[in-house]
Amino acid sequence: MDKIIIKMKKEVSDKIIEICDRFNNQPGELINVLHQTQDYLGYLPAEAQELIAERLHIPTAKVYGVVSFYSFFTMVPKGKYPISVCMGTACYVRGAEKILDAFTNELKIPVGETDKDGIFSLTSLRCVGACGLAPVALVDGKVFGRLAPANVKDIIKEYREKED
Amino acid sequence: MASYKYHILLCGGTGCTASESPKIKENFQQILAEKNLSEDVQVVTTGCFGFCEKGPIVKILPDNTFYTQVKPEDCREIVDEHIVKGRKVIRLLYENPENKEHISDSKHMGFYKKQMRIALRNCGFIDPENIDEYIARDGYKALASVLEQNDPAATIDIIKKSGLRGRGGAGFPTGLKWELCAKNSADQKYMICNADEGDPGAFMDRSILEGDPHSIIEAMAIGGFCIGATIGLVYIRAEYPLAIHRLQVAIDQAREYGLLGNNIFGTDFSFDIILRYGAGAFVCGEETALIHSMEGQRGEPTFKPPFPAVSGYMKKPSNVNNVETFANIPVIINKGWEWFSSIGTEKSKGTKVFALAGQINNVGLIEVPMGITLREVIYEIGGGIKGGKKFKAVQTGGPSGGCLTEKFLDTPIDYDNLVAAGSMMGSGGMIVMDETSCMVSVAKFYLDFTVEESCGKCTPCRVGNKRLSEILDRITKGNGTMEDLALLKNLSKVIKDTALCGLGQTSPNPVLSTIDNFWDEYVAHVTEKKCPAGQCKALKQYVINAEACKGCTACARNCPVGAIKGTVKMPHEINQELCIKCGTCIEKCKFNAISII
Amino acid sequence: MDTIKLKIDNREIEVPKGTTVLNAAKKLGISIPTLCHFEFKGMDIHNKPGGCRLCVVEVEGRRNLAPACVTECMPDMVVRTNSMRVINARRTVLELMLSDHPNDCLQCSKSGKCELQALAIRFGIRSNPFVGPDHEQSSYQIEVSPSIIRDMNKCVMCRRCEMMCNEMQTVGALSAIERGFPAVVSTAFNQHLDHSPCTFCGQCVAVCPVGALTEVDNTAKVIRAITDESKTVVVQVAPAVRVALGEEFGMKPGSIVTGKLTAALKALGFDYVFDTDWSADLTIMEEGTELLGRLSKHLKGEEVKLPILTSCCPAWVNFFEHQFPDMKELPSTAKSPQQMFGAMAKTYFADKIGVKREDMICVSVMPCLAKKYECGREEFKVNGNPDVDFSITTRELAALIKQANIDFRELPEEQFDSPLGESTGAAVIFGTTGGVIEAAVRTAYEVYTKKPCPKIDFEELRGLEGIRSATIDFDGLPINIGIAHGLKNARKLLEDIKAGKCNFHAIEIMACPGGCIDGGGQPLHHGNGDIIKARWEAIYQADKDMPIRKSHENPSIQTLYKEFLGEPCGHKSHELLHTHYFDRQTTVEVDLNN
Repeated sequence: MDKIIIKMKKEVSDKIIEICDRFNNQPGELINVLHQTQDYLGYLPAEAQELIAERLHIPTAKVYGVVSFYSFFTMVPKGKYPISVCMGTACYVRGAEKILDAFTNELKIPVGETDKDGIFSLTSLRCVGACGLAPVALVDGKVFGRLAPANVKDIIKEYREKED
Repeated sequence: MASYKYHILLCGGTGCTASESPKIKENFQQILAEKNLSEDVQVVTTGCFGFCEKGPIVKILPDNTFYTQVKPEDCREIVDEHIVKGRKVIRLLYENPENKEHISDSKHMGFYKKQMRIALRNCGFIDPENIDEYIARDGYKALASVLEQNDPAATIDIIKKSGLRGRGGAGFPTGLKWELCAKNSADQKYMICNADEGDPGAFMDRSILEGDPHSIIEAMAIGGFCIGATIGLVYIRAEYPLAIHRLQVAIDQAREYGLLGNNIFGTDFSFDIILRYGAGAFVCGEETALIHSMEGQRGEPTFKPPFPAVSGYMKKPSNVNNVETFANIPVIINKGWEWFSSIGTEKSKGTKVFALAGQINNVGLIEVPMGITLREVIYEIGGGIKGGKKFKAVQTGGPSGGCLTEKFLDTPIDYDNLVAAGSMMGSGGMIVMDETSCMVSVAKFYLDFTVEESCGKCTPCRVGNKRLSEILDRITKGNGTMEDLALLKNLSKVIKDTALCGLGQTSPNPVLSTIDNFWDEYVAHVTEKKCPAGQCKALKQYVINAEACKGCTACARNCPVGAIKGTVKMPHEINQELCIKCGTCIEKCKFNAISII
Repeated sequence: MDTIKLKIDNREIEVPKGTTVLNAAKKLGISIPTLCHFEFKGMDIHNKPGGCRLCVVEVEGRRNLAPACVTECMPDMVVRTNSMRVINARRTVLELMLSDHPNDCLQCSKSGKCELQALAIRFGIRSNPFVGPDHEQSSYQIEVSPSIIRDMNKCVMCRRCEMMCNEMQTVGALSAIERGFPAVVSTAFNQHLDHSPCTFCGQCVAVCPVGALTEVDNTAKVIRAITDESKTVVVQVAPAVRVALGEEFGMKPGSIVTGKLTAALKALGFDYVFDTDWSADLTIMEEGTELLGRLSKHLKGEEVKLPILTSCCPAWVNFFEHQFPDMKELPSTAKSPQQMFGAMAKTYFADKIGVKREDMICVSVMPCLAKKYECGREEFKVNGNPDVDFSITTRELAALIKQANIDFRELPEEQFDSPLGESTGAAVIFGTTGGVIEAAVRTAYEVYTKKPCPKIDFEELRGLEGIRSATIDFDGLPINIGIAHGLKNARKLLEDIKAGKCNFHAIEIMACPGGCIDGGGQPLHHGNGDIIKARWEAIYQADKDMPIRKSHENPSIQTLYKEFLGEPCGHKSHELLHTHYFDRQTTVEVDLNN
């Protein structure tokens, strides 16, 4: 019941308003609006959801209800190099779990989180469709196929070196 | 395609793209330009050829030469030898695993021999971003004839007689579905394409959209005409950027050609297509959930009736079909229902696309006539089990399906036989497992998936699947009891009996089918605290036999978590606390010094 | 009408087309257990997610079990509601639900009234195979707001609260969030209700079948106040309490228990037992005068804010402050009867008995949860001391009476204390939709026309339809009156006003469907619309039973103006009896420092 004023950078709010306008501020376009906002910001912070709710005339609780329902939407900023390990069945039966374990061990973060420097974030996903290359992981959009746990260290090293 | 001497077809599916097919294309173009051959040779990116195991794939026309596992640096040799000198590059040809002979034409490969391509007819043959190539292969002919005939009921009748059933999972007769929707009058109706393929390990729909998007557009327009809809909606996974791009290009081209928009082919019929993006929710494969998601809401299913045919998108009559179902429509119109219904079994007509994956030699996308046996698929098309291991089970139907054993290998594949065997057709994932797969773990894998994907609306799915997964987890950790097995069975049956939607009603199938077919394996976990497949981490330890260990350090160097310690030339030891049981050390040990206990 | 014949448990029945299996079975005396299902007859409130799956039945020819609450009867259907398959399934589903529910019934404020507990008793649950160290339970933080306690670990995802908050009230504070096992109904980002558009109407609490949503319990504060010798404790009771409290003691819905209620409060040890009806009469004097003031300016052609909106309902005030802040000049500035009472008790009455403000504690008994929030608002405090110290609900009062060993049903009737206990029939009807405006008409008519009102019962203003309107002839001057209850209906009227589609002079709005008789603090009705109807009838009966039925004829109100206030809407009134409103809408603004 308190009056809450949310402050937002002008360029960010302008962009979100532009996205909402592009969809005529139609409540039915909520998911499209969220997609484009996440494309722009990399994630969907609470402020962005408040603004979208205001523009589309939907309660914020409903917007959050949608954001928290779909696995594609995230309220956590991704790392500079997002890592996604495919946990589709084809990869699973070819040892994807071990690959995921190796990544969590190497990065020392659980699945779904970003490391403290914001360099790497780790998620699992359903299927990249590169089942012929199973098991597969995506690092910053690049597909690494036919992985073994021993490869994980080298992959991380490769990207860490880029950073240094 | 006539003016060129050669066409180099290059697979542009997601798998091959990941293996540098764009770079290969670039190399070809550059080399051809260097040699002034650009006028004679056309390089075309096509949809998926299906044989993903051997990708990236390059096919040369007109002689149908099929090169496998091509690398960017192979391009020069292909141009120099094949294009310039007319000699095939033998080392890049497919090698028959049985007799080591090289096969040049895909027709003769085991992988393709038993396949029959209807839904995938154009995948790998045409440039999906060029509408002319689709038209050249009878594209939009079916739509033209349907509109010319101007009798929706007659077209629906053709689909009904063809015996086509929904390829999305449950196998509802497509013609009947259209008829039910056509019957309801409304000021607006919607033709919806479900392209939110969510099965883990399945990519049939994506391959069709990437390889032959116009076939879907044409079919949706035909369907729209039949049910009286002027708007089509494609609900597509946001994780499919390439498919989205190709579909968007195709829609734009179709509009340009007047094949979408107002007064198509000069008739009164107008139809256009809008894309809606999914956002990662498996349950949105269920049609009511899909519709709610398209309306911008949580993708929760609602009780039927009302069916979408009565009250669907925006409360208007709507018809939802899956991508593969649509892909069959134009062919049925062009070739006639008699032709289509002559393929397959009594109650399942036509073909089915499967994403064949797992511990099998030929991973890929296949299309086979209904009625083919699992044995033919696994051993002839799939080339048998990888590494000469023993077949254990094949999982069909994705998270809703079941695991079938050896005894079902000669069962002809169709909707009803798979259900009778305790599995289902599903959307077409087919995962082959060998003796190293623990079936309790496999059941748990699927349950974990369902737990994650449950919408949470109904109690049995929200809480029940969670409990199933926890009980399975207990068993894989060696803490299960025989009462747990009884509990699993009863809970599975209750969930099937009481869950709200198809996701929940089928979610216990992996548990029930593995209990039925691999009871002894469950019992071994419970009574002996052993995982017969050696997969359950909690039930095994990797140990180094000090006598056999030469201290070569290979294991320690390769251990991804640094769990192995020891000095050079001295026996090494594994720290069990750190060990993640990945098995790398066993693979790297040259002295057979590491074993699992 | 088309009818359908079917068989339920081997008994034939014929029902109208569209009847659900659940309702058809009910006609045969077969009571199929339900939980999420909620139908509030007469109020157009339906919750049918078909989600709990406790009502499943076996239908011949169907592969799986069917939820009786949403499955419509079909010709020749053969239904079994009690086969072993059904009983096993229901029991398992119930065990699953209980396995993700804290086992703390003994401490739960819903204990004894909880629908889940009742089901566990009905099914004879003695153990649960799905509870144990391997089995996770939800872990959400318990949250306490001024009015409502949310314990989402108890949420069973019946979605009733979500439906109430969104469809009935269009407040939108609640939504289902997350998916799968962690899914519950909560606020945006799981944040505190204070940071949401919640109006504290309490309709979510009124329909919650379990202890996930409950009221903030102030009974301990009451006991502490009464036992504190240094304090003079004054209690006021809202009109709707007297037609509902009896239900908590097994009395028939609609029993008017004013006398017993007064006796019980005296037995509890309150120093003065007064009536909010007294300040309701005062409200009519102030609000009625304000209405006539605005009206006469309007008739003179002056620019004036019309229609005037009532302001007695604190949830409604919260609603417009949050959702329509640009219209906050329209509502009457008159405080609610609860707050007028507090303001008078701690000035006029305290002076009379020579007690200092700080030594007086003012307690209110309300059918409402928003009143708990209202009495804590800063503008209703003097040097940090609130006019009303705290508010308890009808349910909390019942609990206090039970704790104090008072046999409520056998209590001899007593009278309210004087002078803040004297009231009229006009004040009683504040307890239901249309009552406030009817009371205002009874007074405004006579004040404006200076003639006796030709009638007392304005039937045209009564009823339970969501939006009603009537034109009352003020001796040649037609006054257009609108009435809305349920915030969804209030929203419709506000949007009409905004769009200029509205020619009302005065509008009465109450947040709860039916008005205060169905407030969030009333005895739980469990969806039984007949209970609300009975309370509604009782309110009008109580009005009829009063010797004086017009607020301006209340002698103690007349004395109050003579001795203390001067005239309605006069200087002192403005200081003590009127308030102002705030813009509380959440807004996103550009950060100029960035």
